[in-house]
Amino acid sequence: MELIFALAVGVLCSAGIWLLLRPRTFQVVMGLSILSYGVNLFLFAMGRLKLDSAPVLAAKNAHEATKYADPIPQALVLTAIVIGFAMLALFLVVMIASRGLTGTDHVDGVEEDEQ
Amino acid sequence: MSLSQHLPILPILLPMLTAAALAPVSEFRRNIKVTVGVTSVVLQLIVAIALLVQADAVSGANPAAVYLLGNWSPPFGIVLMVDRLSALMLLLTALLALPALVYSIARWDRVGVHFYAIFQLLLMGVNGAFLTNDLFNLFVFFEIMLAASYGMVLHGSGTARVKAGLRYIVVNLASSSIFLVGVGLIYAASGSLSMSEITLLAGELSSSNYALLQAGAAILAVAFLVKSAVWPLNFWLPTSYGVAVAPAAAMFAIMTKVGFYSLFRLWAIVVPEDAVAGLQDEAHWIMALAAITLLFASLGMLAAQDLRRMSGVNIIASTGILLSGLSLGTNYAWAATLFYLIVSTFVVGALFLLIDLLERIRQFGADMLAVTVEAFEAQGMVLPEQEEIGVSIPAGLAFLGFGFVLCSILVTGLPPLSGFLAKFTLLVAVLNPAEGAVHWWHWVLMLLIIGSGLTGIITFLRLGIRVFWVPESHARPHLRIIEAAPVAWLLILCIALTIWAGPTMGYLNRTVATLSEPHASAKAVLQSTPVAAPGETSP
Repeated sequence: MELIFALAVGVLCSAGIWLLLRPRTFQVVMGLSILSYGVNLFLFAMGRLKLDSAPVLAAKNAHEATKYADPIPQALVLTAIVIGFAMLALFLVVMIASRGLTGTDHVDGVEEDEQ
Repeated sequence: MSLSQHLPILPILLPMLTAAALAPVSEFRRNIKVTVGVTSVVLQLIVAIALLVQADAVSGANPAAVYLLGNWSPPFGIVLMVDRLSALMLLLTALLALPALVYSIARWDRVGVHFYAIFQLLLMGVNGAFLTNDLFNLFVFFEIMLAASYGMVLHGSGTARVKAGLRYIVVNLASSSIFLVGVGLIYAASGSLSMSEITLLAGELSSSNYALLQAGAAILAVAFLVKSAVWPLNFWLPTSYGVAVAPAAAMFAIMTKVGFYSLFRLWAIVVPEDAVAGLQDEAHWIMALAAITLLFASLGMLAAQDLRRMSGVNIIASTGILLSGLSLGTNYAWAATLFYLIVSTFVVGALFLLIDLLERIRQFGADMLAVTVEAFEAQGMVLPEQEEIGVSIPAGLAFLGFGFVLCSILVTGLPPLSGFLAKFTLLVAVLNPAEGAVHWWHWVLMLLIIGSGLTGIITFLRLGIRVFWVPESHARPHLRIIEAAPVAWLLILCIALTIWAGPTMGYLNRTVATLSEPHASAKAVLQSTPVAAPGETSP
């Protein structure tokens, strides 16, 4: 499981970074969101991977810490997702404004052959 | 609880509530927006002064105030901590915010919507980042600050701002991801997010976990270095700060300092109690980065063709100097660095506002006037002499010229003003390094610090001649009091720092003495107890 998880994080992050370095704003948006998926998964794993255990205390076994998954990274991931989502929405608006103002979706606002 | 116990939360609550109150108010009711916005900043200034007095009253390394949010006992809840450093940074923010806001009343608040609400949110993020003692909470406040700063960069819209804003947002979103990875690694290694608890745990971790902690701290430092615009992570800065409206750009002067402040705090986290000497490698890395940043800024300064770009590069130069001070690691160097931080924040803020005024005499200046006169005279008409409104030419132009000279003296560190004092103390610190002997790299650093001042003065002279002397005539600058006063206020603060340099350095020395004992203050934070519920007796 650890290997699959690590591979998933690695693939997502590298795909995100590659897209981030591309010249089209749409690719950059995709890159940023894929990168944030990778980072969120990574953050999630920082509480150690654990199967069949809930982060929320149940009535029985409430005092046995080993029966539970670490809730803090999950809370952090939730916050990070919300913040990342809002920022991405804001970025989309700016991207569309840039498209409207410059007439191109190149990140520099100018097509390469026009420079 | 009395009000004074709630002081630490006010720098966050005040701007937040003000922003919430201002957002639904219609743009046409400007009077309300201006009054509420300025009142809020004045109140924040008063709170910051009160916190500073409170912070300086305690002796030893104990923090002045520990505020337990939600009354959870540490380390379970999020904690706000006020010590001398955070109180100083809060005061610095408020002192810069007031002139920036007053300046924007003149005209910049009307080029877009919700300026006052966004301004308050920026203050909330900055203040929160200075106060919090929790790493993830720091991330949240960084995001609040950045979200507001996106609004500020884009305020006024236009192709240039949107293009620069696009890149600015991408850079910061990417660095936020780096921030999260760093926080995650630190949590994985130490099992805590409270900075105080991590400080205490760092020495007790197993060697593999300690390595993980250091890796996390290094990744986190990259995120902070992006914010403080260190080479090679600073290419976004001159463009985005250059296109932002003047009061926004002036406020951004504090934002690079937030990154630097966080580096200071991070430094305390990763230092185990007896391993200051073990940090030499990291210090050398930071010193190398600082040196390259200084070199880059010096070259950038020489290449700058307009004032806005030059002041953007100036921020990079000041980051280079701040980082060199940090990397020296001695208490004396840190106090000098903080002194430079105060001066450079004020003067860069003043410079951005002044440049905006200077552009006015150029844009509506000689060229346009000449064209109009030509057009009218071709038709046999003579322009009637227009009656001047406001301050007449000599005073207005003299103010701009004098302000420009003061700024250049302060930025480049020429005697006799506080810029010189700051740089001189820092140079003394370079020659008294922690390891005792002065090595060749200290001489290189010294050369670069002096060299950045030299290229700075060359650029100021070149651009100053171009602005003031080359044009045949100037547009008469209609300076209004609310535009001239903020610039004057910031410059007077710098002059006041020259006169009261002694007391300021005294305060900074006490600040640094606290910082150099992170463990004592961390213990004090963790020992603070929740407030008893009404009717209960405190434990």
